[in-house]
Amino acid sequence: MFKNNRSSSPLEGEVRIPSGCAVSAIIDRSGKTMTGEKIIRSIATMHDRSNGLGGGFAGYGIYPDYKDYYAFHLFYNDFQSRKETEDFLNKHFEIVYSSEMKTRKTKGIGNVPIIYRYFLFPLSKKLNNSLMDEEQYVVKCVNRINAEIDGAFVFSSGKNMGIFKGVGFPEDIGKFYLLDEEYKGYAWTAHGRYPTNTPGWWGGAHPFGLLDYSVVHNGEISSYDANRRYIEMFGYKCTLQTDTEVITYIIDYLIRVKKLTLQEIAKVISASFWSTIEEKSDREKREETFLRKAFPSLLINGPFSIVFGFNGGIMALNDRLKLRSMVCAEKGDKAYISSEECGIRVIEPELDRIFSPAGGQPVIYKLKEAE
Amino acid sequence: MVIVLNESIDFRALNKRIRGTDEHKITLNGCIGQRYIGTGVSDKQIEINGTPGNALGAYLNGGEIVVHGNAQDATGDTMNNGEIVIHGNAGDATGYAMRGGKIYIRGNTGYRAGIHMKAYMDFKPVIVIGGRAGSFLGEYQAGGIIVVLGQNDDGLPIINNFCGTGMHGGKIYLRCNALPHKIPEQVCAKKIRGCDDKELSEIVKDYCKCFFGMNYNELLDADFFVLTPNSENPYKRMYTDN
Repeated sequence: MFKNNRSSSPLEGEVRIPSGCAVSAIIDRSGKTMTGEKIIRSIATMHDRSNGLGGGFAGYGIYPDYKDYYAFHLFYNDFQSRKETEDFLNKHFEIVYSSEMKTRKTKGIGNVPIIYRYFLFPLSKKLNNSLMDEEQYVVKCVNRINAEIDGAFVFSSGKNMGIFKGVGFPEDIGKFYLLDEEYKGYAWTAHGRYPTNTPGWWGGAHPFGLLDYSVVHNGEISSYDANRRYIEMFGYKCTLQTDTEVITYIIDYLIRVKKLTLQEIAKVISASFWSTIEEKSDREKREETFLRKAFPSLLINGPFSIVFGFNGGIMALNDRLKLRSMVCAEKGDKAYISSEECGIRVIEPELDRIFSPAGGQPVIYKLKEAE
Repeated sequence: MVIVLNESIDFRALNKRIRGTDEHKITLNGCIGQRYIGTGVSDKQIEINGTPGNALGAYLNGGEIVVHGNAQDATGDTMNNGEIVIHGNAGDATGYAMRGGKIYIRGNTGYRAGIHMKAYMDFKPVIVIGGRAGSFLGEYQAGGIIVVLGQNDDGLPIINNFCGTGMHGGKIYLRCNALPHKIPEQVCAKKIRGCDDKELSEIVKDYCKCFFGMNYNELLDADFFVLTPNSENPYKRMYTDN
C-alpha cells in the first residue's frame, strides 16, 4: 500500500471523497495515431470542472514496440519501496525493459513521487505453477504490490496502453508526462478531477486501470458499499474508497470473468427502471430482466458519467437518470466523447454528427479492424 | 461591440466586459465553453457564434440572447425575464427553475428541461422546443408553459421516460398523435387540436418569428396533448416507484 510519508494529511482510502469532474475521449477508428496534444486541449477547455487536485490520461496503442508485454507504471514513495517492488517483480516476471518515466518540470505540479515504467511478462514456470491464466496472474500480482508493499502503487498494467496521472490540473499533468510529444495513440481518454474534500494523492487521480481496462468517471455513486461488498467476494480489494476503483473492478469482472458484452454490461450497471422495462418489447424485456436479476448488486446508483477504455475502443455510459452531462460526436473516422460540447468543438469545430446519449445508453466506438 | 473569443479566454473576464459596457448590442465570435454568459443582465442584446458554456443567461432579467450553435446545460437557470433563442440544440436542465421570460430552441433539448419551472402573477415563463425533449421533461413543474413541437428528424420520440414526474402546476403541450410513454398518474393528458387553443397559438406564432422556415399554420394544424396536474389524484406517497 502506498503511504504518504511527506505530510501528515490523510490518503485516499482513509477518508471518503465525493467528486465532480470532467471527462473527455478521442478515438481514430482507422487506427491512425495522434499525440496527446488534442486530448489535452479538449480537457483544458473544461478547466473549471476540475480544481487542480487530480488529472490524468490513458493512451491506447502507445507502445507498439513492446505491444506483447505488460506495461507497468508505478509510483514509489522512496528507493526502499522501489527495491522491494523490483525484487517482487523479478521473482514473478521477466522484465525486458525498465526506466524512470520521462517527465518535464511543469508549473503547478509538485510533490512528485518517483515514477517508473517496466515492460514485462510472467515467468512461465511461475505462471504454470500458479494454475491461473495469464491475466489472472497479472491481476493478482498488481493487487499484491498495491496491498502489501509500503509506498508502491501500480497505476497502469495493460498491454500497448498506458495511464498517466497525478495531482494537478489535467492540462499540466499532460505536459508533465510529455504526452504532447513522446506518445502517439489511436485513442485517448482524459479526466479532470474536482474532489470536494481531498487529501489529493497521485494514485487517487483518474483514470483507474486494471490490465488494459481504464475508467474515467464524473460522479458520485450512492451504491458504493453494496457494489464493493459484492465485488470483493471475487478477490478484488477496494483499497481506495473511490467509486471509480469499484467501477473498474465491476467492469473487469463482467467482461473478463463473466464474458458479458459491453451492451450487456450497460444493462447491468445502468439498468432501466422496472417501469421502463415494462414498456419494452418481449425480447428486450426478457434480456433486461435476466441481467437485472443475475447481477442485482452490480447496479450502480447515483450520478455518473464514465468513459471506459479498452484495447481497440472506448465506451461512454451515463447513469440511468442521466444526472451527469455527456456529449458524443463523430467526424469521419474520429469519434469524440466529452462532458461538454465545447471539449469537442475546440479540437473539431465542424462535426458530422453530435448527440447526447440517453441515461443508460452505451455509446461504443471501436477500431474498424476490431469490429 | 464585437468580442472575439478563444479557449484561453476565461468566463470571468468575458462577463466583466459584457456587464461593463454601455453598448446595447454585443456579438461574441468563437465562443467556446465560457460559462454564465449574460448572467443577471437586463437590457442587452447578445449574439453568440459558437458554443456557449453552462448556465447561459442564468438569472437573466431582460433583453435578448441569440445563439447560433448549440447551448450546453442549464440554459436560463432561474431566469426572470427576457428571451433566449437557440438556433441549435440545448443540453440538459434547460430553463431550470425558470420564473419568467422565454426560451426558444430550434432543435432538441436534453434531460430535465423545465425542471422546477414556476409562475407568479404576471410572470409566466415559456419554453418552446422545436424538436424533442429528453426524459424528465417538466419534472416538478410548478407553473409556466412548455411546448414541444416534435420537428426532429432522428426518429426518436417527442419525449422520453418520466415526463411530468412531480408536476404540480403549469402546462406541457406535446405535438403528437399518441403519447410515446406513460405519464404519471398525478398528471392528466388531454388531446386537442393545436389551432383551437388560443394560448398555444400565440406562443407558437411568436416562436415562428424567430426561426426561418418554421410554418405557424402547419405546426398548429395538428394534434397536441396538453399535460396538466391531476387535481383528482394529488401526490400522496412517493415520487416514483423503484
